[in-house]
Amino acid sequence: MEINNLCGGYGKEIIIKELSFKIKEGDLFGIIGPNGSGKSTLLRLMSRVLTPQGGNILLEGIDINQMKLKEFAKKVAFVPQETLINFSFSVEDIVLMGRIPHLRRLQFETKNDFLIAEESLRLTDTFYLKDKEIENLSAGERQRVIIAKALAQQPKLLFLDEPTSHLDIGHQIQILDLLKKLNRQNNLTIVMVLHDLNLASAYCDRLVLLNNGAIFQEGTPEEVLTYQSIEAVYKTVVLVNENPLSHKPNVILVPTDKQWKPN
Amino acid sequence: MKLSLKFKIISLFIILLVVILLGLIKGSVKLSLSDLLLNENRDILYLRLSRIFLAILTGAGLAVSGIALQAILRNPLAEPYLLGTSSGAGLGAVLAIIIGLQSIYLPLAAFLGAALTIILVYNLARQGNKVPVQSLILSGVIVSITLSGIVVFLISFSGNEALHGVMWWLWGSLQVYDFKLLFIISFLVILGILLIFIFSQDLNAISIGEEEATHLGINTETIKKILFFTTSFITAGLVCICGIIGFVGLIIPHIMRFIFGANHRILIPTTCLAGAIFMILCDMFSRALFSPLEIPIGVITAIIGTPVFIILLKMKQKIK
Repeated sequence: MEINNLCGGYGKEIIIKELSFKIKEGDLFGIIGPNGSGKSTLLRLMSRVLTPQGGNILLEGIDINQMKLKEFAKKVAFVPQETLINFSFSVEDIVLMGRIPHLRRLQFETKNDFLIAEESLRLTDTFYLKDKEIENLSAGERQRVIIAKALAQQPKLLFLDEPTSHLDIGHQIQILDLLKKLNRQNNLTIVMVLHDLNLASAYCDRLVLLNNGAIFQEGTPEEVLTYQSIEAVYKTVVLVNENPLSHKPNVILVPTDKQWKPN
Repeated sequence: MKLSLKFKIISLFIILLVVILLGLIKGSVKLSLSDLLLNENRDILYLRLSRIFLAILTGAGLAVSGIALQAILRNPLAEPYLLGTSSGAGLGAVLAIIIGLQSIYLPLAAFLGAALTIILVYNLARQGNKVPVQSLILSGVIVSITLSGIVVFLISFSGNEALHGVMWWLWGSLQVYDFKLLFIISFLVILGILLIFIFSQDLNAISIGEEEATHLGINTETIKKILFFTTSFITAGLVCICGIIGFVGLIIPHIMRFIFGANHRILIPTTCLAGAIFMILCDMFSRALFSPLEIPIGVITAIIGTPVFIILLKMKQKIK
């Protein structure tokens, strides 16, 4: 996916300004940045929820806004922060909805569609939940089911908007391990917005750091997560050292009373 | 299809048949089935058949509209009259009575009132080319309250006759006055139900969220608009032939979701059956309970519908 001079936002308010970068096939790509820096807006532009006001986004060389929405949905899937479902769909119903882009109107799922749904459930370890109602699941289980639905779309590219922000640390790791596995084993290209810099550092191959709707820095976690750029963008003092296990950058927050002050 | 599902659907069909037969026999005059088929009772047979047909039409139409609205508004309290159609129809009818139009033009006036209301509500809610559901609900409720207020205002200034005519609208009746009208309305309603069924997969996706549906390749705004107008016109058609019959469009969809789950491809056909069954039963009670007096059917749907709903709700809570 190639993003060229992208501009966009809500109504007249332009949030993303002249933004360009590339996502390579097989990347596990992270978008980070402070609140209001345009992370979610960027993801919404890239997933066609919003229409760009300038520039374009190419997927395999084709402008995504020229594609039929249904064709786009066969290639790209999206997992939101949290999905609140008021209706008592079974988990299987939800995952089968991932097959909608591949079906004609009024066409019922074939055996193949059921097999794909089953495989998606197994990949996300949710097969045992198949007949449960979605509203009775825990947040972690529900998020894995939503990922299973996205996988049932058989996308080449998966977007996730802060997929772990409503989960405890155990479930955060579970989801991110799952995404890493899908990225490595199934060669799924993944683009996700993350809030937690250390998780972004540990899991992503490449990062883009946004500031006020523009790219502040782009590159590997080592290149992006320096104390200089984090302090400049987040307006807060941090310490960056090396994570002893992953050898990736590790960001430590420094409370105000622990900061060194010149006399 | 799972065995239990098949069993449930077949049971619904059987219940519908039994209820139709019951509806034919019961009434202000009790007749056995063999008596009904006699030549001298042919008029009664036709009359009852037409009422049963209208009951099926109304039950299915209102219940399916309720389902579609609950899904696109993602609001379990949505029902066909929420968006102002019924008050618009009421106002149209009252105006027609006051002006002194002949009673055959009443349905037309009601339908016009409903149609204008639909357009008003839609345009109030519209922001650019989008129709956010919150503003749709809000503008529907506001228009509905205002028009009801105008109706009451007009009634208080007019004579008893007008009041009596309007009472009929406010609580509904399945008496068939005009077969031509019934034919036109049934065409409209059946077409509308089919259209909603065609979009059942889209309704599934939209009920988990508009953005989610977009990510599944569904053009959410277009579908919302189509379904808003479809449900509104089904409701408008039904209101102008049988008045306002509450609770069916709210309660039957919920009961069916308890039993069949939320998948609209199963929910819509089964709700048609259940809505029909419920309406035939209610109409039977309204005719037979205090015969020869006929109780307005809206009263019966409220009195029967609510306890049934509460019992099911409690049962569901216990299971959980």
